[in-house]
Amino acid sequence: MTYTELTLLGVLIVVTLDLYVFRTKILKRKVFWASYSIVIFFQLVTNGILTGFGIVEYNGDAIIGSSTAQESPPAFIGDGRLVFAPIEDLLFGFCLVTLTLIIWVWLGRIGVQREPRSGPPRKSLERLLGTN
Amino acid sequence: MSKFAYLSVLLGCLMGTAWLELFLRTKVYRRTIRLILTILPVLVVFSIWDAYAIAQKHWTFDTRYVTGITTVANIPLDEILFFIVIPICAILSFEAVRSARNWYAGDEDSK
Repeated sequence: MTYTELTLLGVLIVVTLDLYVFRTKILKRKVFWASYSIVIFFQLVTNGILTGFGIVEYNGDAIIGSSTAQESPPAFIGDGRLVFAPIEDLLFGFCLVTLTLIIWVWLGRIGVQREPRSGPPRKSLERLLGTN
Repeated sequence: MSKFAYLSVLLGCLMGTAWLELFLRTKVYRRTIRLILTILPVLVVFSIWDAYAIAQKHWTFDTRYVTGITTVANIPLDEILFFIVIPICAILSFEAVRSARNWYAGDEDSK
């Protein structure tokens, strides 16, 4: 299977795990999408470094975009890429982050270290964060 | 840029999220058992994916920028650490939002 196909399959599996297997249903929660939108921004930054500098390189046969020649960075945007990384990486990241959070929430639900709960933020941060 | 380029990115991720544990009191590192039990299956699943992708040459690593230490199935040590660091960052972000907003996440009570 290509990387493109694998990521699509991965998303399908992760969504199924959340909604029907573990029944954590984090995909239906505001807290998930708020934290995921923060994560995706930093994914673009760090993944942009890994792919822009060519630390990791992708094979054009496995992705929507094409291979890039040695020593030349991939397209910043376009050719199936977003901030140097193949757009497939967004789905790969979704699978990695969502599977992690499904298991984390599920473990809490069955009683594995539900406590101590997160928060409250330190007083010094209150003004920055606004009211709850 | 050096053999530690990839590792530096991961270190940056850990340092960039550490303040959440301190100032938003996410208490993620403190829930060590839950953290380890979360990471282990994720690490296994994504290492298998990585091993397949490396074998099929979906992606390759520039030997100048990785440690050069490889683990099972030709997976670079750097990648193994990636599958540990990124889940930690994801959980820290998730718990940070909960700390700030008190939104329901589904693990507050038993099913």
